[in-house]
Amino acid sequence: MSDLTPNDSHANAPERLGYSPVADVPHALRMADTDPKAARRAERQIAGMFMLSMLLTIAFVVGYMTIDKTSIIYIPVFGDVGTSTFVLGLTLGAAIFLIGAGAIQWAKKLMPDVEVVQDRHDLASPASADQEALANYERGKSESGFARFKLIRRTLIGALVLFPIALLIPLRDLWTAPAGSPSPADLLSVTLWHDGLRIVTDPSLMPIKPEDLPIGGLVSAIPEDLEEVQELEGNMNARTKAAIILVRMDPSDIRAQQGDGWDYQGIVAYSKICTHVGCPTALYEQRTHHLLCPCHQSTFDLADAGNVVFGPAARRMPQLPIGVDEEGFLVARSDFAEPVGPSFWERG
Amino acid sequence: MKFLAAHRRSPLFAPSLLTIALVSVGGAYAVVSSSQTAQAADAGQVAIDEGNKLYLTGCSSCHGMQAQGTTNGPTLLGVGAASVHFQVATGRMPLAAPGAQAMAKDPQYTADETAQLAAYVASLAPGPAIPTAEQLDYEDADIAEGGVLFRVNCAQCHQAAGQGGALTQGKYAPSLMEATPQELYEAMVSGPQSMPVFSNGTLPVEEKQAIIAYVSELQDAPNPGGLSLGRLGPVTEGLFLWTAVFAALIGAAVWIGIKAR
Amino acid sequence: MSEASTIEKAGGGVATYVDQRVGSNKFLARNLGKVFPDHWSFMLGEIALYSFIVVLITGTFLTFFYKPSMIEVVYDGSYVPLKGILMSEAYASSLDISFDIRGGLLIRQMHHWAALIFIAAMAVHMFRVFFTGAFRKPREFNWLIGVVLVTLGLIAGFSGYSLPDDLLSGTGLQITRGIAQAVPIIGTWATFLIFDGQFPGNDFISRLYSVHILLVPGLILALVTVHLMLVWTQKHTQFPGPGRTNENVVGYPLMPVYMAKAGGFFFIVFGIIALIGGLVTINPIWIFGPFMPDQVSAGSQPDWYMGFLDGALRMMPNWETNLFDWWTISWNILIPAVIVPGILFTGLALYPFIEAWVTGDKKEHHLLDRPRNNPTRTGFGVMAITFYGLLWIGGGNDIIATSFDLTINSITWFLRIAIFVIPPIMFVVTRRICLGLQRRDRDKLLHGYESGRILRLPHGEFIEVHEPISIKDKAVIMSKTDITPLPAPERRDAAGVRNKRFHLQNVQHKLSGFFYAENIAKPSAAEIEAAEHHLAHEVALEAPLHAYEDADQIDTFHGGVLHHPGMPQTNAEQMAERTQH
Repeated sequence: MSDLTPNDSHANAPERLGYSPVADVPHALRMADTDPKAARRAERQIAGMFMLSMLLTIAFVVGYMTIDKTSIIYIPVFGDVGTSTFVLGLTLGAAIFLIGAGAIQWAKKLMPDVEVVQDRHDLASPASADQEALANYERGKSESGFARFKLIRRTLIGALVLFPIALLIPLRDLWTAPAGSPSPADLLSVTLWHDGLRIVTDPSLMPIKPEDLPIGGLVSAIPEDLEEVQELEGNMNARTKAAIILVRMDPSDIRAQQGDGWDYQGIVAYSKICTHVGCPTALYEQRTHHLLCPCHQSTFDLADAGNVVFGPAARRMPQLPIGVDEEGFLVARSDFAEPVGPSFWERG
Repeated sequence: MKFLAAHRRSPLFAPSLLTIALVSVGGAYAVVSSSQTAQAADAGQVAIDEGNKLYLTGCSSCHGMQAQGTTNGPTLLGVGAASVHFQVATGRMPLAAPGAQAMAKDPQYTADETAQLAAYVASLAPGPAIPTAEQLDYEDADIAEGGVLFRVNCAQCHQAAGQGGALTQGKYAPSLMEATPQELYEAMVSGPQSMPVFSNGTLPVEEKQAIIAYVSELQDAPNPGGLSLGRLGPVTEGLFLWTAVFAALIGAAVWIGIKAR
Repeated sequence: MSEASTIEKAGGGVATYVDQRVGSNKFLARNLGKVFPDHWSFMLGEIALYSFIVVLITGTFLTFFYKPSMIEVVYDGSYVPLKGILMSEAYASSLDISFDIRGGLLIRQMHHWAALIFIAAMAVHMFRVFFTGAFRKPREFNWLIGVVLVTLGLIAGFSGYSLPDDLLSGTGLQITRGIAQAVPIIGTWATFLIFDGQFPGNDFISRLYSVHILLVPGLILALVTVHLMLVWTQKHTQFPGPGRTNENVVGYPLMPVYMAKAGGFFFIVFGIIALIGGLVTINPIWIFGPFMPDQVSAGSQPDWYMGFLDGALRMMPNWETNLFDWWTISWNILIPAVIVPGILFTGLALYPFIEAWVTGDKKEHHLLDRPRNNPTRTGFGVMAITFYGLLWIGGGNDIIATSFDLTINSITWFLRIAIFVIPPIMFVVTRRICLGLQRRDRDKLLHGYESGRILRLPHGEFIEVHEPISIKDKAVIMSKTDITPLPAPERRDAAGVRNKRFHLQNVQHKLSGFFYAENIAKPSAAEIEAAEHHLAHEVALEAPLHAYEDADQIDTFHGGVLHHPGMPQTNAEQMAERTQH
């Protein structure tokens, strides 16, 4: 392969620049190299791009000042789009793009396109440097007495190892347990639901009579007091656990439930939060009674105690036992019998 | 809606809303029933008879001679006129071919025939009726409230932009982009195929109107950000990135490397 | 005084002023002529760098208007379909950026597109580095930094995706919480610490905000700086070609050509991002509505770079273990969301070291490998990309199902099997293709290329004229280094002493054979000479046919302009001429 390596004709190369041309490689001349007219054309083209860029920046400013932010414009292919965003993006993008295109045309057409070669140097330090470094290290070691003062050395190491704990420990208060200091597992295991609590529609908060819900019907529902609790706590934590769906099926379709008689005349209530990783799950197919999670496609059979029929969820969808109160509205009969939402370590 | 949002927590909110709902439903019913005359009733009987003929030739092979249902098709007793109109007017029925679910296509019956079929099926057993013009009037509906209701009740299957989505075993929630207010209403009250029923008891008429208003807003909505990419979310955005955007970027990189002539 | 010389004088004054204080001219003296090789694939990393700069610029703009707060407010902006709705301040301010701040939507969309491009460009850049073996000694550190940068890019992207607090981003957070909660022992507590209690809590947006705008970008910036400094000191690798060796760099000097091209490319990338940001919608948050933990949209997907995780979660069977009815181990979440990505990224990080150990290669490499010349590595790369791609398909299976009339169930089942079957097949196929290409290279070298011209010899025989390949092709093919697999270790050395490292060395020997045993050897010098002789003969047969052609003109090596004798032809000649002027 000796014929392919560059010969060492560095003689006519500008040595002081540290590089030399690649020798003996055929090289095509460009139009602009040989034809002054072509060079002029290239110059005009490049300057034209920079000029156009300036105009477009001005157009951007004008567009910013004049276009109403809510106006809509029809552009073929794009459809009805926001005028402001369209014009600002077009002018800004083109203005910036043209600066780049001009610079690159300049490099390609007018700057030398002769490839040059530069030597690489060893990355590893020369042996003399190694020795010098070692000598310096030894001097430092002996001057500091790091080897001698065993007690200082060990206590220093100890101090350095320990102090980061002080930086990490305050992270503990990223969460403070509420009154009664329940554990995370305790908090995850209870919801707002309790015996006699009315089930109301979300978001209209209407209590529900069984006869309002026909067979095949679906309602996304929440506890009656949810909005008050949210107001009080200032967050939606309670909602994340308490959201349910109510569906009604022909009582003869119900093959199993999580507890005897937990339905009310074919109306069953299940948690809306997927037991896989917690997405809201309300894709209910009234014919198959399957409930699908849109995130990872776990499928639960609400006619069969909410058991998993497909997908990555390992646990059935928790069922809420329901009944009616004296006014005939649907109510919960207790809290869920098992934690809702995604599994966790302490869940068992 | 601002009013609604601010007062939603009021203890009077639910009862008052319920009262409004009851009064309006009752009022609508009164208007509808009082306008019916004996003549109209006769015309109704003619429509039922015509519908029966159409039914026997076009539908009975699957749904049974008395609409009692067969192994090939469910019973139509109690599905109501709304359901028949929805299924037939959107071309879903009669079924073109057995499949995971009936697909919308060009309707096989004229508007009159569809009405006759609906009248016949409705005459067999009570069920949700075809919505009246008042029920479909969503002019005054609150779009923002409709948006909230849409996200609670519809978006999980039909997608936030109403583009539709997949269900299990090849079933799907169709796109709502071509749906008319009447079809939307009928679908909600009748629960076609996999779709659950959203009865007027749990989703009152004005909430349905708000949903219809929001969906028609979605249908007509411009795209303030430019090309919409089908409003299908990050999947099409990623596809666009890896095709068009990278073609442009790598194209530029290649152009830089090509020697000029 | 001309304009140019005025600028020069001013610039010179500044340079002197700065130099007297920091000694910068020494650096300029060394580096203004620094040579950078030119190849389009070397620009992929630049795309990543430039899109990151755009992300920083647009992101800074966004911070002036975005409010990282979960306090509930009533929306009262220009977007009518959400007027009067209760929402977090974070979402309301994101809507304001989109509708009420002029240019806000443009900047927001630029920020998002640039972020997607940033991560995608890092991935493509990494492919280039992997398949050309650019990660080999001395560049292992830079590979490691690169892997960390990709990881940080994912975190940066995901934390940004979650900030607008719309329904889509909140759903992503909900999944994140589910995954964190699945971590054994510490998961539940860690989730409570992260979210200040239960999901969604009150503080998460503001916590995420400091991660997104300070912690992660700070780390990225620091690592990018080190990454570039290493490229600078180690000098860029180069593809094989005439005159290119392991001991030199062939390309263009920093000033002016590389400066113009790299600087120009920054504006090109910036410009393209601005165009897309203005013309193509990304993440229309107003359509998704405010986040509610009990609402969801069909087709809720993460941005492309997280799609593989979502796909893995979807195709995982629902395995879970209960320990003594006390504790839960959620394999259905741990395997796809923690273990598989963990293995993927660890394998990625360690690959240079594994390959160096297997092949016993301790040399420095500055000349890039052609992917075909290392079939096993190339096969591994294609296998990993296929694996990732299948997970990715899983992440979009619902969109695929509705678009192509398939069922999500059948796609999931297909993927559950394919993930084990297709990547190994791709490995074998890729390897065979590489070996085939090696054979073809050898053929081209020995027999030239088929010119397509049929020649009838005087005695009636027809032959196809083979022509010698160009000097460039020859240099490229000859750049291959023949590597012999490591020899089998001896159980005992000559003196009969037991080799304690026998088993390890035996593994190394076998793996090294797996890597290289099938490689096609480069032809020997004698073979090449004989082949050149033969080719010359064949070309000579045809020579009389060319006699009529203009003898003044000769072709340049790859279809460039025709040259007249007497013009400078080679680089050396041209450079000589340039320096004379």
